[in-house]
Amino acid sequence: MAQVELRGVTKSYDGKTTVIHGIDLEIRHGEFVVFVGPSGCGKSTLLRMIAGLETISGGEVRIDGRTVNDLPPRNRDIAMVFQDYALYPHKNLYENMAFGLRLRKTPEDAIRERVMNAAKLLRIDHMLERRPAALSGGQRQRVAIGRAIVREPKVFLFDEPLSNLDAQLRNEMRTEIKRLHQRLGATIIYVTHDQVEAMTLADRIAVLSAGHKMQYDTPDAIYHRPAALFVAGFTGAPPMNLVDCELAQGAADLGGVRVPLPAELAARGAGQPALKFGVRPENLRLVAAPGDVPVPAEVSLLEPLGAETLVTLKVGRAEVVARCPASFREPPGSAVTLHVAPAHLHLFDAASGAALH
Amino acid sequence: MTLPRGRPLTLLAAAIVVVNGFFPAVWILLTSLKSEAELVSKPITWWPRDPTLANYVQAFTDQPLLRYLGNSLAVAVLSTILSLVVAALAAYAIARLNLRHRQLILTCIVASSMFPLVTLLVPIFQTMRSLGLLNTYTALVLPYTVLNLPVCTLVLVSFFQSIPRDLENAAMIDGCTRLGALWRVVVPLAAPGVFTAGILAFVNAWDEFLLALSLNASASMRTLPVGITLYQGEFTFPWPIISAALVVAIVPVAVLIAVFQERVVGGLTQGGLKG
Repeated sequence: MAQVELRGVTKSYDGKTTVIHGIDLEIRHGEFVVFVGPSGCGKSTLLRMIAGLETISGGEVRIDGRTVNDLPPRNRDIAMVFQDYALYPHKNLYENMAFGLRLRKTPEDAIRERVMNAAKLLRIDHMLERRPAALSGGQRQRVAIGRAIVREPKVFLFDEPLSNLDAQLRNEMRTEIKRLHQRLGATIIYVTHDQVEAMTLADRIAVLSAGHKMQYDTPDAIYHRPAALFVAGFTGAPPMNLVDCELAQGAADLGGVRVPLPAELAARGAGQPALKFGVRPENLRLVAAPGDVPVPAEVSLLEPLGAETLVTLKVGRAEVVARCPASFREPPGSAVTLHVAPAHLHLFDAASGAALH
Repeated sequence: MTLPRGRPLTLLAAAIVVVNGFFPAVWILLTSLKSEAELVSKPITWWPRDPTLANYVQAFTDQPLLRYLGNSLAVAVLSTILSLVVAALAAYAIARLNLRHRQLILTCIVASSMFPLVTLLVPIFQTMRSLGLLNTYTALVLPYTVLNLPVCTLVLVSFFQSIPRDLENAAMIDGCTRLGALWRVVVPLAAPGVFTAGILAFVNAWDEFLLALSLNASASMRTLPVGITLYQGEFTFPWPIISAALVVAIVPVAVLIAVFQERVVGGLTQGGLKG
């Protein structure tokens, strides 16, 4: 277990194009932190810089208070699970897991004990004589995790470990990784492009976009109090409805339809040249609760999902999606009134993308 | 059932290559088992009428064939090992490191193998003489290594490039240095390439005549190709004995290739990654 700190970390390949822009992060002992973002946002690069597989162009990476910028990967006391598993094809499973311990001159009986324990934990103890080629994708990923566990490193790094597995296996492995974290209490940094994986696994999530840290907070805060337009649009499925709006007499004007805003929010938005109005699909309800604000709308599309129905509606000039009960049957063209709690309304500065809360 | 188009032509081409390659070797083997008298008798006998090993006995007694064999083996093995080590390091650098002008470097390596050996002979001879290395194994091991480097490097570059980088990254995180990852992970996985390059280097060194003749002329340092030329007298040309000596020269190479062939074919890299 260890803590990891990034201080103003930058990465530039040729001195001109910067791909990571001065990122500050602090990962606590035993914390499960997920780096999430679309492909090309720099999340894997950042992870590889912590691992020592990429050089650090500026700033500082510290593991347990010690600057590791110039340490080779083998001296950073980290273990990594790769997207493509990266098992040694010429070694059997036992030797794959024992390799790191052998290099560290661990006594043979200690190696055996640690490998057997990890293998039992991951339920691969009956196939240790096999080579990676004889395994399925899920089994290979277990071996890769086992290879990391036996090392008992200070920090575990996971680079999109589930993205090569099919959907069902991915869910199973996700649960397993979460259990593993609870059991080992290890510090884990996990990279994924899948926001569901990020939400379910993380103690804290760092949302990255184009090499910038957009927000670093708990899944709850990321979801309910997104700090930026990008975060609001990236999290949730479907993501937050984001609509251009103008401020008029303490209400958001969505092109003909006015949604009254809480006074505090309206005050923050005043004076901004361009604003975006945001509300999550599940916060647009058909039934009013005390204090709710009514929003007149017109149904334009139904997408039944079984347990619920996604309804696309016209509100003023804009289109929004609402998550409705499966019993919702209003045909396209019919007028309905949506209800939303003022606390669930968001405003963003359209120019900077910053949230105004 | 119709044969796929082009199939008979393909088979014919394959047959031509096989016959062209094997006929001389088989003919030499058959000749080595015939007596001198049978060889010159007409009509030609394809299969030896009276197979004999006498030519082999004579091949070993007329000349110190065993000594030549030992010299050839020493020179070929040493230069092959040296070629592989140096070529592996060079190939790794070209395949993996962020080198500037990588393509130019590769082109230069290819170009350097295009000098005719004859043009290099005199400078090499002079160099070896001034270093006092004439009639030593070193005199042949060094130039053979240098001459084999381009082809070995090229073969290894393409094999190294086919090995996923994350395997090395995993090894470096597990505790290897970059060189350690090369020797423990990359080279074993590139085994087919290493054997291919090794066989090429070995055969080139084993067959080489011009340098061997010029640099190691003394009787005790001769290699097989040079030694075999000495069976002929001014007026005699003992084909059966020369054939026997040639068979002795061919066998080690044939055994080497037969032994390593499986390893060259084996797909060792399967299964470490997804898919």
